[in-house]
Amino acid sequence: MPMSHEEIYAGLNGVFDDVFEYEGALGPGTTSDDVEGWDSIGHVRMILAAERKFGVRFQPSEVTGFENLGDLVAAISAKLG
Amino acid sequence: MEIFAELGWLPRAPNDFSDQIKALRKLDGGSADSLRALAAHALDADQLLKLVRLLDKARNYGQPLAGLTPFRLGLIANSTIDFIIPAIVGTGLRYGLAIECVTGPFGQTMQAALDADSAVNAARCDAVLLALDHHSYAIGSTPGDADHAQTAIDSALTQLDAMTGGLRPHCPTLIVQSVPPPADTLLGSFDAVLAGSDLNQIAALNQALALRCADGSLHLLDVAALAARVGLGAWHDPIAWNMAKQPFAHHLIPFYADALCRLIAAIRGKSRKVLVLDLDNTLWAGVIGDDGMAGINLAQGDATGEAHLALQRYALALRECGVVLAVSSKNTDEVARQVFREHPDMLLREAHLAVFQANWDDKASNLKAIAQSLNVGLDALVFVDDNPAERALVRQKLPQVAVPELPDDPAWYVRTIAAASYFEAAGFADEDLRRASFYADNARRVELQAASGDIDDYLRSLGMTIRFAPFDAAGRARIAQLINKSNQFNLTTRRYSEAEVAALADDDAVMTLQVRLEDMFGDNGMISVVICRTRGTDWEIDTWLMSCRVLGRRVEQVVLDQLAALARARGARRLIGIYRPSGRNTIVADHYAKLGFRLDSEDTDGGQTWTLPIEEAGAGAAAALFAAVIAEGFGAGEHADEP
Repeated sequence: MPMSHEEIYAGLNGVFDDVFEYEGALGPGTTSDDVEGWDSIGHVRMILAAERKFGVRFQPSEVTGFENLGDLVAAISAKLG
Repeated sequence: MEIFAELGWLPRAPNDFSDQIKALRKLDGGSADSLRALAAHALDADQLLKLVRLLDKARNYGQPLAGLTPFRLGLIANSTIDFIIPAIVGTGLRYGLAIECVTGPFGQTMQAALDADSAVNAARCDAVLLALDHHSYAIGSTPGDADHAQTAIDSALTQLDAMTGGLRPHCPTLIVQSVPPPADTLLGSFDAVLAGSDLNQIAALNQALALRCADGSLHLLDVAALAARVGLGAWHDPIAWNMAKQPFAHHLIPFYADALCRLIAAIRGKSRKVLVLDLDNTLWAGVIGDDGMAGINLAQGDATGEAHLALQRYALALRECGVVLAVSSKNTDEVARQVFREHPDMLLREAHLAVFQANWDDKASNLKAIAQSLNVGLDALVFVDDNPAERALVRQKLPQVAVPELPDDPAWYVRTIAAASYFEAAGFADEDLRRASFYADNARRVELQAASGDIDDYLRSLGMTIRFAPFDAAGRARIAQLINKSNQFNLTTRRYSEAEVAALADDDAVMTLQVRLEDMFGDNGMISVVICRTRGTDWEIDTWLMSCRVLGRRVEQVVLDQLAALARARGARRLIGIYRPSGRNTIVADHYAKLGFRLDSEDTDGGQTWTLPIEEAGAGAAAALFAAVIAEGFGAGEHADEP
């Protein structure tokens, strides 16, 4: 089911709270530098949590290709149709 | 539910898990007890990570983590274990362990083991786990070449022996892992026939590993068996390996961590020792006190009966391994024992049981008494009961006791209890074989040495809603069934047909009550029935019965309050209670005495008449334990007093 970008960001707030205990604002420009614990291991954790949250699966090539949160949101949005 | 992967024997994580974590974070991490309480649930990898952050915070703030055993675990792995480490630490709390993990640089397994100054060796660990898989042992890909395959296995074992030799001077306890077979076949079933196939090499390696553990110098974490239980297809996750070099699927991390922590606990002597079993609807289907010897089901050849027999068989198999068996049941002692003595289908007999406890006290007090009489700690007990309210009471009152969640279908009882592996062993001695018989003292009866104290707070937490209504057409079949089936909590054991029940409902000189109870575990349905015949200003209680399932919930007191309120509203002056002994209802012999009635007369058959002046039947304190007391259908102006 399609979701707006606002709804996806709202969902990711929960994911970031769960995985990083991060409750700050999230936007397209958010990168791993902005969030404590978002290293390569944290990245995989976050992607797995996002997969569960939105009911999508990513290819490994996609997972390593995200430069910032905007890329992830666009990819989720595309998969949701 | 996937019993293994989702830790089906543990209660589900509370819905407000994250909020509870946040609340404890404000308390600088919280206490050891609060951390353990959260860890007692089935948690996923993210939830375990949160718990570990909380533990770190508690440590940093110097919280006294009394009750947790510090344990330093070295990890040598040829794969990514960063995801697994927090899960191990979080799961350790479930077993009372405050685990600290020490690792070496990725990929340098041999150096970590052989170098006396490596991080793992320098840390003086309590135990070191060699988490190595087939990549590390460099075996495989020699199909049809038996000699080459043997050489590969020999060199893998030489490598392992070198590593354990390097670690042993620095660490007393070493744990090795068996290697799961591959999920992907080459030649189908012939893989098992062909010398040197991956499948056969791994089988040979695992056998050699197990042999090295037989003398107790090494411990085995049987990862091959863990993988087999969840299925090799689920275990081997190509994405997890390709992306993160993680040795198995991410969602199985809590399952793996539980198996490891349980083994560590066993090595530390923290395994469970006693299996305490409920009777009705646990060891057999039905309620012996109501259904009788012919009515309970444990028949060979009947699907439900076989499920309960399977549990008995499993308990006996555990006993053969030295697990002590005990019974704790809400029942009359002689009635319950008769099943063990006389029922032809029973596999368990009194001689198998160290303690036989059938009484009407609460299970928390009873379990305490069992632990005391066997001279073991509460943390040695596993308590198996089909009733979720009993399980919740014991978990709340005695968190040290392991209480598996049981699915509704008894067919899954054994699988669920076995999946928890409560009796994990780190070794096996002749003494283990004999232990059960040491304790077997012909199923001695244990008297309570101390009550577990006030259980009112527990009752309040159940959120009980009790509903009263006069007999009606909708309830008639169930009312008649209770009247004709109930034997134990039944004051007069007077039987009435459905037609008679209908007539009683229409009789103006008769006051009827049907009582339903709901609580946080669901709707218990109709649990009590009362029939009063009015004789002038006397109300004679012709029938009063209750389901034993809700015994100890203070339902009787609230029923009396309701009865008195109705009687008072209709101008009655006295309640008359009748007790007629039936041989099966001794449990209510002092029912009226407990409720404040006075004994009026007693006949030669033991029948008793009790009276209670209506002004002495005040609204009792018991109503305060209920979330709601609702009376409906008694007519305008005749409602019960508000509690």
